[in-house]
Amino acid sequence: MRVVTLKINDQEMSGREDEDILHVAREHGIEIPTLCQLDGISEWGGCRLCLVEIEGSAKLSAACVTKVSEGMVVNTESERLSGYRKTIVEMLFTEGNHICSVCVSNNNCELQDMSSDLKIDHISLPYRYPARTVDASHDLFIFDANRCILCTRCVRVCDQVEGAHTWDIAGRGIQSQLISDLHQPWGESDSCTSCGKCVEACPTGALFEKGKAAGEMVKDPKFLVYLADMKAEKS
Amino acid sequence: MIDRKITQQISSAEDLAKVAAEQLEWQAQYQHRVFVCMGTACQSVQSGAVLAALQTEIKNKGRENECLVSPGGCQGNCASAPLVSVPEQDLLYQTVQPADVEEIVDALAGKPVSRLLCDNKGDFFSKQNRVVTNHRGLLNPESIEDYIAAGGFRALLKALAEFSPDNVVQELQKSGLRGRGGAGYPTGLKWSTVAKARAEQKYVICNADEGDPGAFMNRSVLEDYPFRVLEGMAIAAYAVGASKGYVYVRAEYPLAVERVTKAIRSAEKHGLLGNKIGSMSLDFHVEIRLGAGAFVCGEETALISSIEGGKGLPCPRPPYPAESGLWGMPTLINNVETFANVVPIITNGAEWYATIGTPRSKGTKTFALSGRIINTGLVEVPLGTSLRQMIFDIGGGVPDGHKFKAVQTGGPAGGCIPEEHLDATIDYETLMELGSFMGSGGMIVMDDSSCMVDVAKFFMQFCAAESCGKCVPCRVGTAHMHDMLDRITKGEGTMEELGQLESLCDVVKFTSLCGLGQGAPNPVLSTLRFFKSEYLAHIVEHTCPAGVCAPIGQDIRRPTCALSP
Ligand SMILES: Cc1cc2nc3c(=O)[nH]c(=O)nc-3n(C[C@H](O)[C@H](O)[C@H](O)COP(=O)(O)O)c2cc1C
Ligand code: SF4
Ligand code: SF4
Ligand code: SF4
Ligand code: SF4
Ligand code: FES
Ligand code: FES
Repeated sequence: MRVVTLKINDQEMSGREDEDILHVAREHGIEIPTLCQLDGISEWGGCRLCLVEIEGSAKLSAACVTKVSEGMVVNTESERLSGYRKTIVEMLFTEGNHICSVCVSNNNCELQDMSSDLKIDHISLPYRYPARTVDASHDLFIFDANRCILCTRCVRVCDQVEGAHTWDIAGRGIQSQLISDLHQPWGESDSCTSCGKCVEACPTGALFEKGKAAGEMVKDPKFLVYLADMKAEKS
Repeated sequence: MIDRKITQQISSAEDLAKVAAEQLEWQAQYQHRVFVCMGTACQSVQSGAVLAALQTEIKNKGRENECLVSPGGCQGNCASAPLVSVPEQDLLYQTVQPADVEEIVDALAGKPVSRLLCDNKGDFFSKQNRVVTNHRGLLNPESIEDYIAAGGFRALLKALAEFSPDNVVQELQKSGLRGRGGAGYPTGLKWSTVAKARAEQKYVICNADEGDPGAFMNRSVLEDYPFRVLEGMAIAAYAVGASKGYVYVRAEYPLAVERVTKAIRSAEKHGLLGNKIGSMSLDFHVEIRLGAGAFVCGEETALISSIEGGKGLPCPRPPYPAESGLWGMPTLINNVETFANVVPIITNGAEWYATIGTPRSKGTKTFALSGRIINTGLVEVPLGTSLRQMIFDIGGGVPDGHKFKAVQTGGPAGGCIPEEHLDATIDYETLMELGSFMGSGGMIVMDDSSCMVDVAKFFMQFCAAESCGKCVPCRVGTAHMHDMLDRITKGEGTMEELGQLESLCDVVKFTSLCGLGQGAPNPVLSTLRFFKSEYLAHIVEHTCPAGVCAPIGQDIRRPTCALSP
C-alpha cells in the first residue's frame, strides 16, 4: 500500500492511499463533524456533515468516503461549510420531534453535541411535527421514532456485526422510516437476538434501554472497534 | 402474418451480406409495402386492429403476392395515431381505423385517400435530422431479417474484423459523441477508462430507466431499434473487454421489454450475440433486468445496486462504475441513445459523425416535445439547433393564440428558458449556461397560461416524492422546499421565506449525495432567475399572473368554492 502526502487545513501530513480523509485528519488531531459514520461498520455517506473542500474540485466531498491521494489539498473548515452543516443539522431537528429536556439521551446525544459544536442557537426552518410512534414492545429496549435521524448506524451494526439484520429502512424520501423485520413490533421480531448493539450504536435517544429516565442513557459505541480488531486478529 | 424467417447462423460478413441480399430480394417481390406503426401510442389506439384488417383485406382481395403489410415503428407525431405509411408513394395516413383499410388498399398505386392524409412534408418532418431514428418508422422492429437487410450488424462485424478494441475506442473519441443520459460525459473517454481497467470480468449496462416526467425517447428507440441498441452494446463490449451485458429497463415499458427480450433471443439464435459472435473472438451475453419505476434507479450507482438485487440507493462516487461497478467490477454504463449512436458512427465513420452538431456537442439528439405546442411528439435534431427552430418550426408554435412563455428542458434537474433566449442553441454548454440542462431529452413548452411558481412546485414535488431518503439535504430539504413553494402558491409565503428558499436551494444543490438532490433546486433557481416577478406577485400582491393558483386578478388566498360566483 502506497503512502501519500497531503495537506489538510494547511497542515502537511501523510496517509495510506486506502485511508479516507476523515481518518487521516483524525490521526492528526483534526476533527471533522460526523453523524452517520461509525468505526467498525461500513461507511454510509448519508448525513453529509463531513463534507470538505478539496482544491481543484468544484464539488464538495464527504470525508468519510473519500480516499486520500498524493498532493491532495483539503480544507475542512470554512464559513460556507459551517453554514451548510448548520442547515443540515437544522433539517434533522425539524424532521423529527426532539424535546431534549425529557429525553433519555439529554446531555449524552451526538445530535445535541453537534448543534452545540456548530453553535446553533435557534432553528429557522419550520418544524414538520411528523406523527411518529414509540415501539416499547421489546423486553429490554425501546425505539422512539421521534428521535430517529435515519443514520442507519443501527441497521449496519445489526447486519454487519451481529448478523441479524433486524432493522431496515422502509419507504423513501421524507416518508422513510426505520422498521424491524417486516414492519413488525420489535418485540415480535424473530431475528433480534437482544444483543443491544444497535442501542449502543445509535447516536441519539431513538434507541435506549428500558427503565432509563431523562438524561440517564449513556452510550459507548467504541466497543465496535474492539470487536473489529479482534475479528481481524483471528483471521 | 406473412413474414420471412431465416434459420442460418451468421458467422461472417459474407453470411451477413448474403442474408441481407436475400431479404431485400424477398421484399422486392412485393410491388407495394405498407407499414402500420406498432409503437406504444399507436397500439394504445388499436393500430394492431388496423394491421390485422389490412392483412385480411389484402388476402380477401387476393393481393398477398403483391402487397406486404408490416408492423413499423414510431413516426414521431404520435398525437395523430394510429399511423399507416406507404413509402413508395411517400404517404402517411393518420388516425386510421379498421374501417378505412379497404380505401387504403384500393389507393395503393392510385390516388391517395385524401381525408386521411397527414402532412409529412411539413417542417415537423423536414427540419429534423434522423440519425438514431433514421428508418423513420419504416422498419419492422421485431424482424432481425429486416434489420439485417437495412444494414444491421454490419457495424459489429466490421468492428470485429477490421478494428482492434483500441481502434473502436479511438473512433468513438474522434466522433465526439457524448452521453445521452443527461450529463453529456464524453463516451469515448468513458470507454477508454473501462478498457484500461484490469479485471477478470467487466460488464456493459444499457440504462433504459428513463424516469423523467414526460420523456419517452428511450422507450421509443428501444421499441423501434432493439437490435441496434444490442449491436451498439456488443461493439462496446468488444471495445472495453466485457463479456456480459444488462439492459435495465423499467417494467412500465412492456412493449420495449418484449421487443428487447425477443431481439436478444433472435440475435443469439443467429450467432450475433452469445459465444464467438460472428465466429470471432467476442463472447457477449445480454440479459434484461426490470426496474420498478423509481426515478432514482436511473442514477448509475443506484441502478447497479438494483441489478445486484439490493435497494436502489445511490452510492458516493468515486469509485465510478468504470472502475468499480457491478459486483465491484469495471462497468461501462451508457444510455440507450448513446448505444444507438455507436452503430452509425462505426458504419459511416467518426469524421462523418463529427460534421453534425456544434464544435463541442456532436451529433443529433432525440427530444420528446410536449406541453403547450401544436406538434407534440418525438423528434430528432442536430445539436446546435436553436430553441426557436425547435419550438416554432418543428413544433409549430403555441396553439390557440396563446403567447409562448418558457421551455423546460432537462427534466426535474433542468430549468425553464424564457423567450429572450429562444435563439440559444440546444447543446450541452449553452443549456447549462442558461441554468438548464440537456437531460435525457424532455422538452416541455409553456405559454402564458402556465404559472412558473406552480411549475417549480410540480418538479419539486416530483423530486421530493422520488428522493430515496439516503442523504439528509435531499430527504428533508426537498420536502421543506416543496412546502415553501406550496405556501407561496397559496399566498401564504413571505419575503423572508423566499430568502430561505433560495438558501435551501444552495444547500441542497451542493451537499446532496447524488444527482437527484443536486439537481432538484434547478427548476426553482431558473424560475427565480427569469420569472422572479411571478414569485413577487404571489407573495406581495397575492395574485397569480397566469391565473393558475386563482383566476387572474383574484386573491390567491381566497378559498375557492364551487358555489361562489
Ligand atoms: C436521479 C438520476 C436519474 C437518472 N436517470 C437516468 C435515466 O433514466 N437514463 C439514463 O440513461 N441516465 C440517467 N441518469 C444518468 C446516469 O447516472 C448515467 O450518468 C448515465 O446513464 C450515463 O450514460 P451516458 O454516459 O450514456 O449518458 C440519471 C441520473 C440521476 C442522478
Ligand atoms: S435525541 Fe438528542 S436531540 Fe433528540 S431529543 Fe434526545 S437529546 Fe435531544
Ligand atoms: S438488539 Fe442486536 S439483534 Fe436486536 S436489533 Fe439490536 S443489534 Fe439487532
Ligand atoms: S434508530 Fe438511531 S441508529 Fe438507528 S437510524 Fe435512527 S438514529 Fe440512527
Ligand atoms: S440526493 Fe436524494 S436521491 Fe440522491 S442519495 Fe440523496 S436522498 Fe437519495
Ligand atoms: S459522516 Fe460522512 S456522510 Fe455522514
Ligand atoms: S407510436 Fe405510432 S407514431 Fe409514435
